[in-house]
Amino acid sequence: MKALVWHGKEDVRYDTVSDPEIEHPRDAIIKVTSCAICGSDLHLFHNLIPAMLPGDILGHESMGEVVEVGSAAKGSLKKGDRVVIPFTIQCGECDQCRRGNFSVCERTNRKGDLGDKAFGHRTAGLFGYTHLTGGYPGGQAEYLRVPFADTTHVKVPDGIDDEKVLFLSDILPTGWQAAVQADIQPGDTVAVWGCGPVGQMTIRSAILLGAEQVIGIDHLPERLSMAAAAGAVTINFLEESVVERLNALTDGKGPHKCIDAIGTESHVTPTQPDTILDRAKQMLMAENDRPHVLREMIYVCRPAGVISIIGVYTGLVDKIPMGQAMNKGLTFRMAQAHVPRWTGDLLKMIEDGRIDPSFVITHKVDLSQGPDMYRTFRDKADGCIKVMLRP
Amino acid sequence: MPLTNLTHIARSEGDPKVQRKGPSSLTGADRLARALGWFSVGLGLTELIAPGRLARALGLDDKEGLIRAYGARELASAVPTLSIDKPVGLAARLGGDALDLGTLATALHRDNPKRHNAAIATALVAGITLLDLTAFFGVKAAHRRSPGSDKDYSDRSGLPRGAHASRGLARRDFEIPPDYRAEGSVADAVPALAS
Repeated sequence: MKALVWHGKEDVRYDTVSDPEIEHPRDAIIKVTSCAICGSDLHLFHNLIPAMLPGDILGHESMGEVVEVGSAAKGSLKKGDRVVIPFTIQCGECDQCRRGNFSVCERTNRKGDLGDKAFGHRTAGLFGYTHLTGGYPGGQAEYLRVPFADTTHVKVPDGIDDEKVLFLSDILPTGWQAAVQADIQPGDTVAVWGCGPVGQMTIRSAILLGAEQVIGIDHLPERLSMAAAAGAVTINFLEESVVERLNALTDGKGPHKCIDAIGTESHVTPTQPDTILDRAKQMLMAENDRPHVLREMIYVCRPAGVISIIGVYTGLVDKIPMGQAMNKGLTFRMAQAHVPRWTGDLLKMIEDGRIDPSFVITHKVDLSQGPDMYRTFRDKADGCIKVMLRP
Repeated sequence: MPLTNLTHIARSEGDPKVQRKGPSSLTGADRLARALGWFSVGLGLTELIAPGRLARALGLDDKEGLIRAYGARELASAVPTLSIDKPVGLAARLGGDALDLGTLATALHRDNPKRHNAAIATALVAGITLLDLTAFFGVKAAHRRSPGSDKDYSDRSGLPRGAHASRGLARRDFEIPPDYRAEGSVADAVPALAS
């Protein structure tokens, strides 16, 4: 089969690889009909996250048709079922899964020892996202083996285009969880750093949850225009001070809820000098992430407010103002998305027309153009915000 | 293999294996930049480890300290050149090329018995400078936001009922779960005050 394969920093190739096979009775094989490139795939593209190996298949946003089912998955899945595959793999049985914390499932990381060493305790297996999370081949491919398939799928009805449901795999539940983590209540002002695909979903989730005012922060005109389309007030951080504008929009008190939809790769610019220092330290491997957004959120957030972190961080960060956070009584909430926790509600909202996630797709191309699209997406060229790939 | 045994980072047996490699996302300019980055590492280490030998070979006997400093500069240039911020590294390399050419020019005078070596070194550095220029402009062109990137997506709300009408629409059948609640109301916290 054909697949997008990681071969090193900035080296993604459209390779011919062997087909996946059923390895465990709970497996299923799906024929991928649509997949996507995620912003967090760029962290792998930039080799910022350790434990990738040349030859690893990328991709954690996939959907398709079930073509083969292991004996233990037959109760939940059959050939021909149309499914979206969450980026997290969950067993559905362990203590964490029973609590709804699916992205930290205790059983599905088949290289759990690595996860224990890296994180203190292992987290769930993920598709296409380093050997720290199990080293599972990803879904930017023609076929995908789905481990624990009986609990790792979202059935979607025929009659809804792939474009509308594909993002149940990751960015829609991720954006939704970012908003839910922030405990948005009517009357809240919510500031969202980052108007990439997850930020866009977060903004719409905040609106749907009843936020009084939603503010989107970015520097790219196309992303700001997309945020404004949902009714967000926008701030271009290259043109004005984020802190001053947020205070102006909130009678000097700061936003009630602050959401980080950027994560490890804050934009590097002389107007934010800490980002230059962070980048220099990153190059010298003295720091893993660039936490400018964390510093800014902590500073500007209203006392007793909530900081919701959904952007991916990878390791060690410097100079976090814990004194500000503690004295202001901020609540921090963060996680990789517990996808199945939210997909039932979100599919219902798609079906009854409350949200149409296809708005975020700017590029729809054949899988063979994947290597070029990684570059286009990374360079923010051609107005690229979200790439959908068809094998 | 020894490293993967040490780290246990190895692909699992049943996982798909690459049978034939296809086109890469790396451009020619990217590959040239990488080669120049590794060249910087090699040259930098040489200048740091053997500055005296280099100085004497070029007839720059009194510039051993300077050559050692240039070695540190080369290594500093290599770091961004080998990163995703190649233009920064390549710009630093170009600055270094100018310094190298300027220094070598002082060794080209007739009184220097090693002026022929200095001339060869000057020609080599001039050639490397051309490669640095090619790589610099190549990566800038390959990774630029092309004209027309500022697209207007203000018609893409993703909220079929409209942004205004969608406010609070999820509250119809969704409440923030108790394990995600961060704050209560005054009535919850201090019932006496609320009453």
